[in-house]
Amino acid sequence: MSTSSDGPRPLPTAESAREAIETESVATVRRGPFRGLRERWNELSRPMQWAWMLPVVAIAYAMPFLDFFPLSTSPGNNWSIALFSMAVYALVAVGLNVVVGYAGLLDLGYVAFFAVGQYTAAMFTSPDSPYLKIPYLWTLPAAMIVAMIFGVVLGVPTLRLRGDYLAIVTLGFGEIVRILATIIPAMKGQPGFQNVGHPPGVGANGIPIFANSNGTPWYWLTITILIVVLLLVGNLERSRVGRAFIAIREDEDAAETMGVPTFKYKVWAFAIGASVGGLSGALMAGQIGFVNNQKFDVQTSILFLAAVVLGGTGNKVGAILGGAIVAYIPLRFTAIAEYKYLIFGVALVILMIYRSQGLIPAKMRLMAYSRKALEWIAPPKPPRPESPGTPKPSTEGGAS
Amino acid sequence: MIELVALSVVHADDSWINFDVNALFQNFWSTTFDGLTFGAVYGLIAVGYTLVYGVLSLINFAHSEVFIVGAYGVVTTLTSLGFGPSAPTIGPAEIIMDLLLALVVGMLASAVTAFLVERVAYRPLRKRNAPRLAFLITAIGVSFAIQYIIFLPFVAGANPQPAVTMFIPDPVFDVFGTIITNQQIIIVVSAVVLMVGTDLFIRRSRTGRGIRAVAQDPDTATLMGVSKERTIVTTFVLGGLLAGAAALFYVMLVPSGVIYNGGFILGVKAFAAAVLGGIGNVRGALLGGILLGLVGNYGQILLGDSQWTDVVAFVILVLVLLVRPTGILGTTLGRSRA
Repeated sequence: MSTSSDGPRPLPTAESAREAIETESVATVRRGPFRGLRERWNELSRPMQWAWMLPVVAIAYAMPFLDFFPLSTSPGNNWSIALFSMAVYALVAVGLNVVVGYAGLLDLGYVAFFAVGQYTAAMFTSPDSPYLKIPYLWTLPAAMIVAMIFGVVLGVPTLRLRGDYLAIVTLGFGEIVRILATIIPAMKGQPGFQNVGHPPGVGANGIPIFANSNGTPWYWLTITILIVVLLLVGNLERSRVGRAFIAIREDEDAAETMGVPTFKYKVWAFAIGASVGGLSGALMAGQIGFVNNQKFDVQTSILFLAAVVLGGTGNKVGAILGGAIVAYIPLRFTAIAEYKYLIFGVALVILMIYRSQGLIPAKMRLMAYSRKALEWIAPPKPPRPESPGTPKPSTEGGAS
Repeated sequence: MIELVALSVVHADDSWINFDVNALFQNFWSTTFDGLTFGAVYGLIAVGYTLVYGVLSLINFAHSEVFIVGAYGVVTTLTSLGFGPSAPTIGPAEIIMDLLLALVVGMLASAVTAFLVERVAYRPLRKRNAPRLAFLITAIGVSFAIQYIIFLPFVAGANPQPAVTMFIPDPVFDVFGTIITNQQIIIVVSAVVLMVGTDLFIRRSRTGRGIRAVAQDPDTATLMGVSKERTIVTTFVLGGLLAGAAALFYVMLVPSGVIYNGGFILGVKAFAAAVLGGIGNVRGALLGGILLGLVGNYGQILLGDSQWTDVVAFVILVLVLLVRPTGILGTTLGRSRA
């Protein structure tokens, strides 16, 4: 869209590379709501970052016990189940973020993969389905694989198109999955599948540990999976593939010219996103214990998109936050739950206009291990005799 | 042919997907005329998508809500004029006057909505030189926001609007044993007239030349004295006017189909029609709309469930994009000659 970035750029000498990185980091730091925080965080060594993460993870695991007034959804909605749906939404947002945030592909039918995951879990475990039964935990990888196959089948024909067509095709795909779930008798339409399986284990009182009424074990399972997915996605982000995604997002033609096989990586992004969607669907199906053709509508897809955009497109921590918020608000504030679509629709518009980078902006550093690379390319900043004006903040809107 | 019949036999016991060629042959003409009528409505909506896409390269998801606001305008007007679920008892001249009034109200409602959407959502983004993805996300956000503003209990609520019967369709012709009603004729003829008018406007008028110029090259057009902003607004309003007209015909066809989210899938299908005909091409929009209406209806009869219409439409969209992304008549608004 912008024509300003089309001009020739000077070769990245050490000086210009350092300046570029500096500009980017300055631009990033200036945007965050906790501006100092990110800078300090980035300066910590990797093990220190891990050490700091420990209490955060501990708090996350302790959340089911924080069932008190301002935080809890308790009077209206069971807090542990609310936490579980927040975690699932966070997982969905992390998956969608790979597609929308990293690769810049607008997927408006993400709920289809969620549905595929739910149906996979249901059809392999529910007594209502005539097919082969497998233990519930095996349906999680199965759901990932099936959703991934769907992602590839949808992606291969459509990802050759320019990005904006993808939006409408994925929208159509979401609708097709919903309609097929209604029409095909094997999918059981509205009556759906009862008694979807759950992980093994029976508590002291004879009730299964992973009961439908108790969200806590499900929540712990989901955030454990979420942490694993985050580690994988984090590595993906820093890998050659992740850099290819970001190159595609920023300028597909330029990426292709520089030798990035854009089509291949777009299919990868799509398939990875789809598999995470399928995984979260399988978790959701297990906790609720019931799958039918409702709730796989466009609205849910848009809600997922709102989660990613709200948190910060291209930022996995933002995606978690966004997913959790999108699930939390209607459960906590039941008075406005009916208007959640209105609220998040308006939020999308306002965010795009005033804060397109979301709550937690994406890092604009494209280089893997950028600090090491920075030291290597450009040794620490020598004190400059005079500062030739502050570096220009990047004009590209944040986490585009 | 034999294989087709054999297929239908194979699938007979497993009833979710038929391949009922006989039903298609038996109902061929009535399906065709129904498809033409629906296709004309798709075509009118598709023009809005096609024009905005031509000028801004943006899928304006909010256009389906521009349409549905027009439909609410039409229904509200007709209800306040005394129309209801049963056929009106007034004379034909009065009906025509009332329908014209409803048409004007629907067109105005849609045009004003389109104008506001452009002002409130897209213009600030253009000012900020936002990336393409931001436009798309805004479009879907606006679409959603409008749906759920209508959904609010004090606006229109979650239930469909009461049915409005404008007149009882009267048989006029008998073609191959199938009756064509005056309703179908009115819809198809009006749609074609509106489309021809739009096409002439784009090709002949000064404003239309501006639209084509901006579609071709906004910067050069600006240098040549075309106001880009004004042209964009004109485009949105033009699409809105046609969507409002489509709303009247839609209510005529589906009297109780006006619900807050009723426009969304229709809009996606209209967009598919625009792509099928060649996005950015006004004539293509009508052609694509009619083709999509026909094929969707044939598919529905052939496969045996009305839900298949949408599936067929989406599959066609994907196929067209794969095989001929420029659509049947080619894509560019800017390249169309005066």
